[in-house]
Amino acid sequence: MSILINKDTRLLVQGITGREGIFHSAQMLDYGTKIVAGVTPGKGGDWVLEGKVPVFDTVDQAMAATGANCSVSFVPARFAVDAMLEAADAQLPLLVCITEGIPIQDMIMVREYLDRAGARLIGPNCPGLLTPGECKVGIIPGHIAEPGPVGVVSRSGTLTYEVLYALQRNGRGVSTCIGIGGDPVIGTTFLDVLELFEADPHTESVVLIGEIGGTDEERAAEFIGDQMTKPVVSFIAGQTAPPGKRMGHAGAIIEGGSGLASDKIAALESAGVSVATTPEAIPELLT
Amino acid sequence: MKLHEYQSKQLFAQHGIPIPRGRVAMTASEARTIAEELGGRAVIKAQVLVGGRGKAGGIRLAGSPEEAEELATQVLGMRIKELPVRKVLVDEAAEVQTEIYLGVTNDRAARVPVMIASVQGGIEIEEVARKDPERIVRVWVDPFLGLREYQARNLATSMELPRQLWSEFARIASGLFKTFLDADATLAEINPLVITRTGQLLALDGKIVLDDNALYRHPGLADLRDVDEEAASEREARKYGLSYVKLNGDIGCMVNGAGLAMATMDVIKSLGGEPANFLDVGGGAAAEKVAAALQIILADENVRSILLNIFGGITRCDEVARGILMALQGVRREVPMVIRLVGTNEEEGRKILADADLPTAASLNEAARLAIAASQVEAVR
Repeated sequence: MSILINKDTRLLVQGITGREGIFHSAQMLDYGTKIVAGVTPGKGGDWVLEGKVPVFDTVDQAMAATGANCSVSFVPARFAVDAMLEAADAQLPLLVCITEGIPIQDMIMVREYLDRAGARLIGPNCPGLLTPGECKVGIIPGHIAEPGPVGVVSRSGTLTYEVLYALQRNGRGVSTCIGIGGDPVIGTTFLDVLELFEADPHTESVVLIGEIGGTDEERAAEFIGDQMTKPVVSFIAGQTAPPGKRMGHAGAIIEGGSGLASDKIAALESAGVSVATTPEAIPELLT
Repeated sequence: MKLHEYQSKQLFAQHGIPIPRGRVAMTASEARTIAEELGGRAVIKAQVLVGGRGKAGGIRLAGSPEEAEELATQVLGMRIKELPVRKVLVDEAAEVQTEIYLGVTNDRAARVPVMIASVQGGIEIEEVARKDPERIVRVWVDPFLGLREYQARNLATSMELPRQLWSEFARIASGLFKTFLDADATLAEINPLVITRTGQLLALDGKIVLDDNALYRHPGLADLRDVDEEAASEREARKYGLSYVKLNGDIGCMVNGAGLAMATMDVIKSLGGEPANFLDVGGGAAAEKVAAALQIILADENVRSILLNIFGGITRCDEVARGILMALQGVRREVPMVIRLVGTNEEEGRKILADADLPTAASLNEAARLAIAASQVEAVR
């Protein structure tokens, strides 16, 4: 009933002893996520969360002892790059980076390295994933979604929650919700997630939540028009935002498109996507 | 964070890129002295962090030190797009034959840096990109290899630069790429890079935008921030780690997360209201941040009502509620407020607000409608 994470996910939490790390690990455990290990260099040998989760100094040690198959990182920005590389080197196939504020050039390097190592990254600067009723990896509040057939993918954080909440109040269940993050350079894109939803037998329709800037929505629209058989409903944030601060000439030249909401909406609509004017209007557009 | 032209060119020079002789002046008499040092003829260039200086009359050519002083007096008294000109760059005047564009930025789609060049440089470069895209050439850079010399040569040959300039062009391209990397820039551009009448390459104008997330490892560059160029409200917002953009409406908005903040503005506008601002209190909005955000919104005279939309994920609603109460303690002005809190610890958050007699709304549409109605009542009053 899901993509990427489910009840068999064995989660490792990087930065588990930090303020956010421990708070959200407790929430994930409560939700039923199997957290098998935590990693904080220098805290190896400790047990946290009422003695339920062992802490290791390195990801290698945690992997050897627990066989984790997914990592989530709450490590502060200055150390987050190292945490991602360490997890990839330890052969973890799926990394989720919640941390915000990572320099773009660092992300370009990490992204290239992970591609070569064959690891999938969700984020950074993202809320993570939620497969309702089975597993939560990251910070998406668990109580605002029920299991069901709607796949949700979003560049935003809190706007994703808004949409989940609207779906729940309209009795719409969710297969998996993925926040891919709003940074200029991210691991997994709209396109990647749409491919996964299209291939997942339990996902019947998809909600795509985009925002102004970049051209990811346009590329998603191309895929939807050409290859998707499942219906897609969308909301694009920033329809009324004033034209943002420009990134000099090179930015305008390279992005080709304007990054404006109107262009994204036009591209999605021409691919057959129903675009909602407000987040709360999304559920009624789902067939 | 944007750097001024003179700061950008200093960084270029540190990486071996030829720039015109010249210095920054704060006063007209300094400008005269610099023009004298340069031999009389000089260009006076306003240093402001907005585009369109030339069209606004902020770039002037002086034939003598006396004229340099006179023109500097004029330029230093100008406002360009509302920003006062406090500094001018006094540069040696160049004899220009060809204007080239050369820039580096990150290609979001390819997720690597890209170097872009065109022989049709100058202020109309974006027009060229739209109408004549084949006049723009580009090379993508492997993050582990950096810009290679053959790639720079490919740009030079694609632009049909004279053969004798290829190696100098490659050296400049390499210097620009190193500037971009070393400064953790998101944009480094020379526009124009000119070929002078005597056949020399010279970076006449330049622009660098730094990645704010990387400033912590460049304390020297962070100190270059020109705080005079920021609106007071935006400076205050940055101090608290808030993202704030003032707009012209009358409904103040405070929202956690940029996407939801934009969506909230969209909803307000779709229901007939006008947002007064964009304000993202960020993830983990602590009481202190929320208080600062409220003060910034209330400092805007146009604000008739405030909509707080906090959807907790990493943000805890009880902390937000306490922040609101804390902020209200210090505020005299009565502006109606509509609050929507959903998410982590929401019952506790709502209870704290209810105990203090503050109204809450269940849905975003309802919250927006209430805030619009409240703003209209305030406007009549």
